[in-house]
Amino acid sequence: MALLEVDDLVVDIATPNGTLHAVRKISFSVERGETLAIVGESGSGKSLTSLALMDLLPRRAVRSAARLRFDGIDLLGIREPQMRKLRGNRMAMIFQEPMTSLNPAYTIGNQLIEALRCHEAVSEAAARDRALQLLDKVGITNAASRLRQYPHQLSGGLRQRVMIAMALMCSPDLIIADEPTTALDVTIQAQILRLLADLKSEFGMAMILISHDLGVVARVADKVAVLYAGDVVESGAARPVFKAPLHPYTRGLLSCIPIPGRTAPGAPLGAIPGQLPNLIGPQHGCAFRARCAFAMAECEAEIPLVHPEPQHDVRCIRLPALEAMA
Amino acid sequence: MTDISAIAKSAEVVAPTDAPPRSPAAAFMRRSLRHSGLMIGGIMLLVIVVLALAAPLIAPHDPYAQDLARRMRPPVWHLKGSWDHILGTDKLGRDYLSRLLYGARISLMIGTLTVLISGTIGTLLGVCAGYFGGKIDAVLSYVVTTRLALPVVLVALASAAIVGSSLNGVIVVLGLLLWDRFAVVTRSATQQIAQSDYVAAARAIGCSTPRILFSEILPNILNALIVVATLEMAHAILLEAALSFLGLGVQPPLPSWGLMIAEGKQYMFFSAWVIGIPATALVLLVLAINLVGDGLRDVTAPENRN
Amino acid sequence: MLSFALQRLVVAISVAITVSVVAFLLLHLSGDLAMTIAGPEASAAQVEVIRHQFGLDRSMPVQYFDWLWRALHFDFGTSFYFRDSVVSLVAARIPVTLTLGAISLLISLIVAVPLGVLAAVYSGTWIDRLALSFSVIGQAVPTFCLGLGLIIVFSVNLRWLPVSGNATWQSYILPSVALGWYAIPAVMRLSRNGMLEVLSADYIRTARAKGLAPGMVIFKHALRNAIIPVVALAAVQFGFMLGGSIVVEAVFSMQGLGHLAWEAIARNDFPVVQAVVLILALLYVMLTFLADVANAFLDPRIRLA
Repeated sequence: MALLEVDDLVVDIATPNGTLHAVRKISFSVERGETLAIVGESGSGKSLTSLALMDLLPRRAVRSAARLRFDGIDLLGIREPQMRKLRGNRMAMIFQEPMTSLNPAYTIGNQLIEALRCHEAVSEAAARDRALQLLDKVGITNAASRLRQYPHQLSGGLRQRVMIAMALMCSPDLIIADEPTTALDVTIQAQILRLLADLKSEFGMAMILISHDLGVVARVADKVAVLYAGDVVESGAARPVFKAPLHPYTRGLLSCIPIPGRTAPGAPLGAIPGQLPNLIGPQHGCAFRARCAFAMAECEAEIPLVHPEPQHDVRCIRLPALEAMA
Repeated sequence: MTDISAIAKSAEVVAPTDAPPRSPAAAFMRRSLRHSGLMIGGIMLLVIVVLALAAPLIAPHDPYAQDLARRMRPPVWHLKGSWDHILGTDKLGRDYLSRLLYGARISLMIGTLTVLISGTIGTLLGVCAGYFGGKIDAVLSYVVTTRLALPVVLVALASAAIVGSSLNGVIVVLGLLLWDRFAVVTRSATQQIAQSDYVAAARAIGCSTPRILFSEILPNILNALIVVATLEMAHAILLEAALSFLGLGVQPPLPSWGLMIAEGKQYMFFSAWVIGIPATALVLLVLAINLVGDGLRDVTAPENRN
Repeated sequence: MLSFALQRLVVAISVAITVSVVAFLLLHLSGDLAMTIAGPEASAAQVEVIRHQFGLDRSMPVQYFDWLWRALHFDFGTSFYFRDSVVSLVAARIPVTLTLGAISLLISLIVAVPLGVLAAVYSGTWIDRLALSFSVIGQAVPTFCLGLGLIIVFSVNLRWLPVSGNATWQSYILPSVALGWYAIPAVMRLSRNGMLEVLSADYIRTARAKGLAPGMVIFKHALRNAIIPVVALAAVQFGFMLGGSIVVEAVFSMQGLGHLAWEAIARNDFPVVQAVVLILALLYVMLTFLADVANAFLDPRIRLA
């Protein structure tokens, strides 16, 4: 049994102009110790997916699913007090904006210790020790004096490390990292990613890594799900998907990225023309067809999921044509 | 000293940014009609204003005519009341309804004139501080802080006593005291507008400063200004009532509601209506004005509504 | 933080000085003070005697500095009416006003802050609308009307509380409610708006993601940040209450500073009026200074800058 099973997850948002179908029946699963990367551009619904898993959606958003199970627990059926026992404890989350994600009025130590003590009956001293231990693990020097500091006294990179430490306080089984490096400098990005990879191999927790940047996830992911306009267009094990992407969107994403050593200098970078479709009101057919070079009339109907190879699923009916062109 | 910007924030009034694409007047009317507070307050205020203006025509008696034989008659809903004096008579036998109606004139007059004076002073100071910034702004901030430090009621009382307590005296004293909120709000509104592109454009084509102030700045802070004006009007009316109640505002025999309450205070234990009636009138008038002010604020800057 | 506090202190002192000038000039509004003191019946010679007696023949700056110098030594002269030193009059009455102000502030905070928090947490629901309506209606009731109304209901009809005076602690209840009432809408709105802003912050989402109970999220995390401007407002409102106590003290016949000022104004007792205006203004200046310092202290970003 997988650690996390998601079947037909839907997130609808009520707007003055109608219902916005932000996440439209997506399915994925995460095994223990596995890293799933959810990739997509802004507006693809990836952040909402992570919030839906934790039941932290904003007021106007409503989630539903055929199945949403965490370690056998039905997340749709449980009540809020039980969900609170899971949050931060067995499922932890790291957010995108380290600058504003920590409470400016309390010390780092206070917030770290609180993360542990709200779930486990340990003494203040024991919690403090664990906090020191984890700060050390995430590469923060002078951990003892850092505990007494306030968030505004730390840089963005340091704050994000603190956020990671905070997520680890209760030794969760699953960490959901929503664009953990997007708001950071490029050099810091690499450090944080390496840190996440190291922590994963040391603690063995499962991870859902959400990003718009394929380069970021390629190194860490075991599985990939490519999200476009609230729908999973391609998913599977990381290697087959990256090595031979099949969906026109995934291909477009990968060709956008310059690869040092492979992309010839001066060669044109692929760009995907167009924008996300309007997701308000009833939807049908392939959401990508407006931007797809290979779209046909048949793309307006319901698109089935095809399995061209083991551990590789694609939602597209034009694969044979694409193969022929390759 | 407490930051001016903090006071302005607590005044909760911000100038509107861009006009909506459809006709602003039509959008404004639509929002107004849907805003229940604004409608209720507006109707109440309209009724009171009409009654006040029509007082000479509809008042059943002369508000100053004393008739000691008929003093302290209760209102018509009491056992001993009569339709002759619907709201009863006061200690000198004057008809209460008539005094109430004429009292409305006094309250409204004081409210309007005071706001005109304080509004002019405050707007002038605020716009200059907001537009020119720098030293002028610092000086204004200092002046406002000093003004806020003075206990208003006390200073108004003392000034009224010295200048001579009368209707005009009250208007002048309050007008010269209540300009602070105007200054604060118009200052922050002006600052916002002054940074906008069309003002920069006007400057670039060589518009003179007074012209910019009048044709670009003033019309755009009008919304915020009107909201503050209504709220300060209510403030002035309440202050005048308090001053008259304490004996240092409007003098008898004028039928100021505050004065009526003061005159009726000695009878309040047995004839509660003597103070109840003018008090209710005061509350209704102030409530109406506040509803209109709040409603205008919501309607002209809906993005500020929480 | 220290430099911030010192900066504010300098501003406070300079405002205090300006206020003292205003308080001093206030009395000279009527033109010839000597004539006002002497009265309409006095002859020109008598007016001159009075002018010299009160030092009104000296130049204004001299008069001002003399008055200020004495004031700094707690000498405000003698009251015309009470024939007692102004300082002893003020000293006897200031405790009443301060107590009244403090209890009024307490009452308004106890009512307004929870109401504001509730309105924010349940924003958009009937609870929010009720709180807002309550605040709008409350602002329309003048303090003295409320005071009189409270007397009629609680003292006369129910006989629970005394009608007037400041003898027992019970006699402070009704006046405090009347005085504190007017501050409730402003404090409630600030609490509500502050909470709404804070509740949508990222760190609140983090707190929820950690699995904290709603109570902890609201009170430990949200309120701690939202309350900062409220503290500053409370100090300012306290200042307003001290100034506005004159009305309540008049209605309830309490022997406080405001009542003293009222009597003095009615009797043209200038030394007393000057002293009370100055003292109240200085108290306000001090309170706003403390409010600024508290504001800075409560926010670690300023405290440890």
